[in-house]
Amino acid sequence: MTFMHIGKDFVPPDVEGKVTGDAKYAEDFRREGMVFARLLTSPMPSARITSIDASAALRMDGVIGILTADDLPPTMPPANPILASEYVTYVGQPILAIAATSEHIAENALDQIKVEFERRDFVVDPLDSLVEGGPDAYPEGNAMVLTAPEGDENTALVGVIKPVKWPAEEIEKLRRGEEPDGTFTAGWEYGDLDGEFAKCDVVVEESFVTAGTPHQCMEPRTSMVYWENGKCYFHASTQSQSAVNNGLAAMLGILPDDLVIINENTGGGFGSKGTSYPTMGISGNLSRLLNRPVQLRITREEEFYIGIGRPGMQGWIKTGLTAEGKVAAVDLIIISDGGPTGQNSASSSAGHISVLFQPSAMRLRNIPIFTNTTPRGAQRGPGQNEMAAVLAPIMDKAANQLGMDRVAFRRLNAANSDSGIYADQSPVTSAFMAEAIDKGVEMFAWQAKASQPRRRGNKLVGVGVGQGYHGAGGYGYDGLVRIHPSGKIDIHSGVGNLGTYSYAATSRTVAEVLQCSWDSCEIVHARTDKHLPHSSVQGGSNTIFTHSRSNYVAAMDALNKLKEIAAADFGGTVEEYSIGDERVFRTDDSSKGMSYGEAAQRAIELGGHYSGQEYPEDLNPITQRAVTALAGSGLIGAAKDNLERKGTPPGEIIGFMEIEIDADTGKIEVTDYLAVADCGTIMHPQGFSQQMNGGGVWGIGMAAYERHVYDPQNGLPANVGLYQSKLPSMLDVPANMASAAADIPDPFNPMGGRGIGEPSQGCAVAAMTSAIADALDGHLFNRIPVTADMIVNHVADNSYGPRSLKLNTF
Amino acid sequence: MSSHDVMPDMDLFQPLQIEDALALADRLGDSAWLLGGGQDTYGWLKDRAKTSEAMIDLNGIESLRGVRETADGIEIGALTTLTDLANNALIKERYGLLSSAASRVASPQIRNAGTLGGNVSQDVRCWYYRRGLDCYRAGGNLCYADTPEGMNREHAIFGASRCVAVNPSDTGPALVALEASMVIKSVDGERTVLAEDYFVGPANDIENTTALRTGEILTSVRIPSTWANATFFFEKVADRNVWDFALVSMAVAMKMDGDTIEDARFVAGAVECKPRRLADVENAVRGNSRDEATADSIGTLASNGARVLAHNQYKVPMIDNLVKRAILAG
Repeated sequence: MTFMHIGKDFVPPDVEGKVTGDAKYAEDFRREGMVFARLLTSPMPSARITSIDASAALRMDGVIGILTADDLPPTMPPANPILASEYVTYVGQPILAIAATSEHIAENALDQIKVEFERRDFVVDPLDSLVEGGPDAYPEGNAMVLTAPEGDENTALVGVIKPVKWPAEEIEKLRRGEEPDGTFTAGWEYGDLDGEFAKCDVVVEESFVTAGTPHQCMEPRTSMVYWENGKCYFHASTQSQSAVNNGLAAMLGILPDDLVIINENTGGGFGSKGTSYPTMGISGNLSRLLNRPVQLRITREEEFYIGIGRPGMQGWIKTGLTAEGKVAAVDLIIISDGGPTGQNSASSSAGHISVLFQPSAMRLRNIPIFTNTTPRGAQRGPGQNEMAAVLAPIMDKAANQLGMDRVAFRRLNAANSDSGIYADQSPVTSAFMAEAIDKGVEMFAWQAKASQPRRRGNKLVGVGVGQGYHGAGGYGYDGLVRIHPSGKIDIHSGVGNLGTYSYAATSRTVAEVLQCSWDSCEIVHARTDKHLPHSSVQGGSNTIFTHSRSNYVAAMDALNKLKEIAAADFGGTVEEYSIGDERVFRTDDSSKGMSYGEAAQRAIELGGHYSGQEYPEDLNPITQRAVTALAGSGLIGAAKDNLERKGTPPGEIIGFMEIEIDADTGKIEVTDYLAVADCGTIMHPQGFSQQMNGGGVWGIGMAAYERHVYDPQNGLPANVGLYQSKLPSMLDVPANMASAAADIPDPFNPMGGRGIGEPSQGCAVAAMTSAIADALDGHLFNRIPVTADMIVNHVADNSYGPRSLKLNTF
Repeated sequence: MSSHDVMPDMDLFQPLQIEDALALADRLGDSAWLLGGGQDTYGWLKDRAKTSEAMIDLNGIESLRGVRETADGIEIGALTTLTDLANNALIKERYGLLSSAASRVASPQIRNAGTLGGNVSQDVRCWYYRRGLDCYRAGGNLCYADTPEGMNREHAIFGASRCVAVNPSDTGPALVALEASMVIKSVDGERTVLAEDYFVGPANDIENTTALRTGEILTSVRIPSTWANATFFFEKVADRNVWDFALVSMAVAMKMDGDTIEDARFVAGAVECKPRRLADVENAVRGNSRDEATADSIGTLASNGARVLAHNQYKVPMIDNLVKRAILAG
């Protein structure tokens, strides 16, 4: 299909501000009378608060007030409370907020507050809690026994906290790489597992461990809040101006109509700002309590704690291949480090395997264990990317045992448009992984690289391949378009702006449908009082698919109305009308028509559904309110995405990587990297390559750099800042990272696109762990990150023990 | 500490002459904090893991900046930034070892602000200590890192004495290799201390990493001509190639007589609480060629006597590997 806008680069409206520094974030806003809040946080990993004495602080000049859990509705664990009440369950947990006329005074006031604690046992490693006699993170136990089905990673768990323990021998089996027998609280299964394993020529069993990683958003989740005429105005750092509304309104005890969320730019969310989060409740409630604007600036260290992290995994996998190389069966156990909130991505981890290797039978057994570490939640490619990391070298081992090329093995097992995925073997919209693999093999010169010598001087050469997957899109959101009498076209969007620019790329669907100049369009976003439709979060890689659909239906609604108005004035039916040059006219006589602006004026005159006085009943209440507010001001296109559906739109990528390992120092240099995506039509080439490269950098970080370290002696974290967490720097990644796409349109998206952000990390981490194993003669660390010390110890044959399966350690 | 990130209250003094700074340092004593580039200072103070009643900001004292040629080498002002040090033509020409070391400190931004004086005088980076725990170095009576469960991957394999932190300086090993001396002033006058003696381990002084005492200011570093234009080797192994401290570093100066190593100084960083002279290695290479046979003959001389902790045993092969690379490099 030939597009006017789709597939072409453009300059999103917020780029200039980000380049010049004019872009404003929540922390940049001030309000007359604003006070500054500071948090008093827990210094210990697990304790009971016995008393709080803030009297001295409250007597200080400039101190305005305080917010404690007593001012808030109670929260049932393991939900992360806004402020801790009786128990604290992690270092850095907010206990109270104090407000003062300056940050300086507020910080000094913190030092005057006396909090007394009763220490409790704590635990920072799930296996240390799961073993008989091990400590529990909560007084009630260490695991959640669910009483309602588990939602996604951002959904609160519903169940009862109870102690679950395994015999020590079963824990030791897991550490030895053997299948343990113990209690699980979740899982799923399909196919005849035993029957399929019986058909296998090669069976590989391995235990593995993956580090959790903090989100480390560049912009800490600072907020500034004020109340005016009964409404709450909330400057937030968020992944959506729409998906946050209901949760935040509930947190503040108000109706969504009385909440105005303001968020033009967000400095990273990665899943941690997808919905309302607890610290929003601090600034919002404190501002109302004090009747003053309140800024709660979050420090870099606080962001580490309350900015949540990816769950770590300890697990075991058994995979079986037939003689032909088909993955027949996979048996998977995952014990998740859920921190104090218990969020768990195991189902997504297993789903990753079900998509990319299409086993005939599969089983997941899972138990998330609470630990007294940071709260956990969704992070880029939750479950899938960490699974990709450990899975790649294990699958390589199986393919190698069969004597099969590692890429050919993946191609044989790749999903296609008829494939089923996950437990229910549900359909995908389309899948063209084989085509992506073929393109990558040629571009990377896989055969030549894979057959080259594995040593260059003192450098060990490794060539790896890995895949990433994420369900990349949703259905059923709303689109909203307004054409002004001036001819200007407003495209309303509640999608957040994390810097991926997909909110803008998907808005161009409207310009495509209306065949108008992009200069005539304006994206209306950033404030809910600008009347934004019900939109998804900018997360889960879903914006491209989801909102090109929702913008398409809104634009089609506007287009139909343009033609109806023209037909009413010039006669005939809508089928007899065309558009061009921002006019609607009779196809057989272009002189009979009107400009979009003139049509908008006619829409106002006609009223009814033409200008938003009436709207489809299936619009979400958020969109209904937005349309009502715009009614009578132009031609309104508003619709819910009721386009045809078919299962999950998959975002898939295959990554190819060549590395050199310095055997003396353990340092790894990435010498070549290519990622080829199966994501349908590329809607915005610069946005695409930005996501592919950014995810690639993070994948390299996940494979060999980023760490999550807690001291088991005192529960203190050792990686609270950007420096200590060892995010890879510019000099740790290749200067040039190549990306490409199969570029085959998805039939279930009117523009042909699917999302791709998240798997760009998964394919890179997988390609890198695959390459590391390849460089080290097939040695499996079965752990991420693989750091220089591990490699030096391995080469020196030291007694380093990755088999310990320890989490939150070096 | 997690909620603190603005500067605490303290008196600020900004002298323009070194004499005024020395008088202030003498008068204020232990209650004063010396500020150079601030790259060690601000973390301590903003985290409020350490506090001080007063700060003496040395940045207005121009005489503390720059590189000067002397009768027997060069003298570098303590406030000379690491960027200036790395780019200085004279140093690059004659003492490339120091240029190399300075160019590997942290990141370009930190090198633009950080100074030579600060780099050699900075406190240890043990994360327990930096969190403000009451360890031996902080005046307490235990070490959190030197335990079976301690998170001690970056800690010392030599010279532990209650404390197992390492000296984090990148330029320190280079200065020891170059036989530099440190010029220290106080109201009582000037004294010079060999770089090798400037850095002190916990057995001698558990609360300080240098010989600098209250009331004293490090004003410059003198490098003699002894090792000018020698054959140098510097390598810093760190997790990241920028903005990171060394896991192990190696600074080497060699005087060659044809193919023969006439004399050499081998100094390792990040393995002890001070730059570690590898005297056994120096003795072993003296009179030998820079070849595989010599490298092989060194064996484990560098790591002999190492005492490893739970997570830092990799430093043993790493230090031996770096010695061999130094011999074979080029």
